[in-house]
Amino acid sequence: MHRACLAICLNAVLAVACVLAGTGAGAAFEAEARKFYPAPNAPPGAPAQTGAPAAPDAAGRALRIISTADLDAFEPIILGFQAENPDIAVDYTIASTSQLMRAIHDEGAVFDLAISSAMDLQTKLANDGFAQAYRSGATDALPQWARWRNQVFAFTQEPAVLILSESAFAGIAIPRNREELIALLRDNPARFRGRIGTYDVRVSGFGYLMATQDSRNAEAYWRLMEVMGRLEARLYCCSGDMIRDVADGRLALAYNVLGSYASARIAENAPGVRIVQLNDFVNVMLRTVTIPAGARHVDSAHKMVDFLVTLGQRPELAARSGLPPIDDRVLRANNAMRPIRLGPGLLVYLDSQKRRNFLRSWTSSLVQE
Amino acid sequence: MSGRRNETSATTARGSIRRQLFVQLLAVAAILSLAFFLIVREVAGRVAEATQDDILAASATSIADSLRFEGGEVTLDLPYSALSMLGTINEDRVFYRIVADGRTLTGYDDLPQARPSATAPRPQFATFDYRGDRVRAVTLLRPVGSGSTPVQVAVSVAQTRLGMAAISARITSIATAIGVGFFVVATALSLLAARSALSPLARMTLSVTRRGPADLRPLRTAAPRELVPFVDALNGFMARLRTALGQSEDFITEAAHRVRTPLATLRAQAEVTYRKLERPEHRQALREMIRAIDESARSAGQMLDHAMVTLRTDSVAHETVRLDELVRETCDRFAPTAGLKDIEIVTELPPAPVVLAGDRILLQNALHNVLDNAVKYSPADSTITVRLSAEPGAPRRVRLSVADQGRGFDGRDLKQLTRRFSRGSNVGDIVGSGLGLTIADEVARAHGGHLDISENSPGAGACIALVLPSA
Repeated sequence: MHRACLAICLNAVLAVACVLAGTGAGAAFEAEARKFYPAPNAPPGAPAQTGAPAAPDAAGRALRIISTADLDAFEPIILGFQAENPDIAVDYTIASTSQLMRAIHDEGAVFDLAISSAMDLQTKLANDGFAQAYRSGATDALPQWARWRNQVFAFTQEPAVLILSESAFAGIAIPRNREELIALLRDNPARFRGRIGTYDVRVSGFGYLMATQDSRNAEAYWRLMEVMGRLEARLYCCSGDMIRDVADGRLALAYNVLGSYASARIAENAPGVRIVQLNDFVNVMLRTVTIPAGARHVDSAHKMVDFLVTLGQRPELAARSGLPPIDDRVLRANNAMRPIRLGPGLLVYLDSQKRRNFLRSWTSSLVQE
Repeated sequence: MSGRRNETSATTARGSIRRQLFVQLLAVAAILSLAFFLIVREVAGRVAEATQDDILAASATSIADSLRFEGGEVTLDLPYSALSMLGTINEDRVFYRIVADGRTLTGYDDLPQARPSATAPRPQFATFDYRGDRVRAVTLLRPVGSGSTPVQVAVSVAQTRLGMAAISARITSIATAIGVGFFVVATALSLLAARSALSPLARMTLSVTRRGPADLRPLRTAAPRELVPFVDALNGFMARLRTALGQSEDFITEAAHRVRTPLATLRAQAEVTYRKLERPEHRQALREMIRAIDESARSAGQMLDHAMVTLRTDSVAHETVRLDELVRETCDRFAPTAGLKDIEIVTELPPAPVVLAGDRILLQNALHNVLDNAVKYSPADSTITVRLSAEPGAPRRVRLSVADQGRGFDGRDLKQLTRRFSRGSNVGDIVGSGLGLTIADEVARAHGGHLDISENSPGAGACIALVLPSA
């Protein structure tokens, strides 16, 4: 039994997928939703609005961002940015990672910033010449692992964690690493059958990234997938759904959930849910921003990049957005934390042959039909 | 003395050996520095390129190793390390392309691919522009599959060259720093080398300039081989000079003797004859003859004096001379001559001894000529006053003046008088060569002083003064 990924992982208000005409570029591209934030200093009468801005000329001057982050997480950041730069309007378009990639890589859509959780696709954008370089004191202050070519800048570090329902683990030890997790699942098939959730890597870019990094880091990954497959694991498109199902008690555990959202939601309203960082290794995903080569408002884009990479200096804003900012100390404190390395290595799993091979192995392990 | 030598130095300096040596050494150092810089940069560039080529080849090889032949077609499982290894050292962009039988299996299908010949399966390297950057690419050929017709698969991996450029730039800047440092050190060493190479010359110059004026002994300084001919030539020249000077002095002495003695004899004979003659026209003729003889003797004596003075002023000996004693002796020797005309020579000498550094013979000669003039132009029964005193208003200078009561210079052309063979305009009736004041003037100047000519008062005698620096 596999749950089809029906729910869209975005905010319900913005969940309606729609096709928007790209202003200026003349190229059509697919996106989930769009919201316009007029410059606070602009003449009144132009409130924040969903969809295309009422005044096209206002949109023409706005900082155009295409992003995979939903507004729950990103609206506080936009408003915080505009508080410091009241002359800059922001035109925020939400897209999936693959939509973002297609828009910039294949369709030549004009955006001033591309923000994505898909590190591999961002790296490919930069590698293939679709990003422009930028250097400032703020970007130079980033740790070496958090930037690539001065074109890809990480501004969050989000660990992939195991979340579990405390009630489901009553009476048994909570696993501390993957070996223990495998043993636990093998020993308690009845307790966990049908109650394990993980990403469907065939549809989720983030899931695919985490799975490939797992497979690279540990032989145990494939055994874990075998065990999960035998226990009829459910497949999800998005972290939010897995968290919800763990909180509801429908799932006993969910593997490779995005830590930022998990901690944010759990802190809000799910007492019986526990977050576990396995101690053999924890993949840390970096949310990255690039300035596309065709950006028109480069100065505004530079300001936004500086604002994002210094998110750590605004802990209150970071907490409101639920995005953990780049902090080298956190990683040094926990040796198991491994930020996924930006660079050409990420291109390997984007290779069509490689992807086909990987998905074939993954499917045969997990989807044992 | 060396000061005097410099004053009269006729040699104008033309170029400097030290500067020339220094500039040439510097030029060599500059060329070597530049060569060093260029070589290091070239080698660094090649090493960086070779390093990149090695990594590219390793990457392409690991991709080729992952090629499989499954179900009648070529497949591959791109190794993670194949691309990640290219990103370990730098942040260069990476491209790859795998072509099997002319069909792109995977990768960037617009990546240009060199066609390696099947006969030479070595990796082919190429550099070209791709997607806005200069890239270095490797292509290697790998037959895949079994049987008699394996599929030829070409694996290409390309990487931009920013990392390599950065390494080259770093090495270039190090090479620049070393080159500049080398040049600076070479500059300092060149200065030292130029100086030490010329030190024997300076040593020889010093040993020559330290010599006394009459020291014409050969130079005995140890000279480097290159300077030995010069020293030999110098020594030969000095030997010839010594001989010539000696001969001149001998000649003058000899000439004085040979001229004066016959003239004196001739004059004595003429006077004896004069007394014997009675006819007035004969006596008159003989008087003119005696007068001509006197003139000849005086002229010859003064010319020889002048020759001696000229010879010696070139190398004034600086011995210690008691000027007061010299004046007294000279005046005493002149007293009989003056007495013939009933002229009295009065000396006014300071009580303390007057000492100066100079040439005794020259000073005697000068005073002798001035006194001779004074006696000659003084009327009978008059007084010549010789006074030695400090020069008023000039410390460390003495004035030796000879004042007569003769006819003076009639207020005319005092400056002309020291010129050779120049005489006053009012002396036509008196025997003279015009060399007396010239000699005195030359001696005064050879001692760093001067001759002061004035009149006591117009028409009331001349006053000739030698102003000399005292010791």
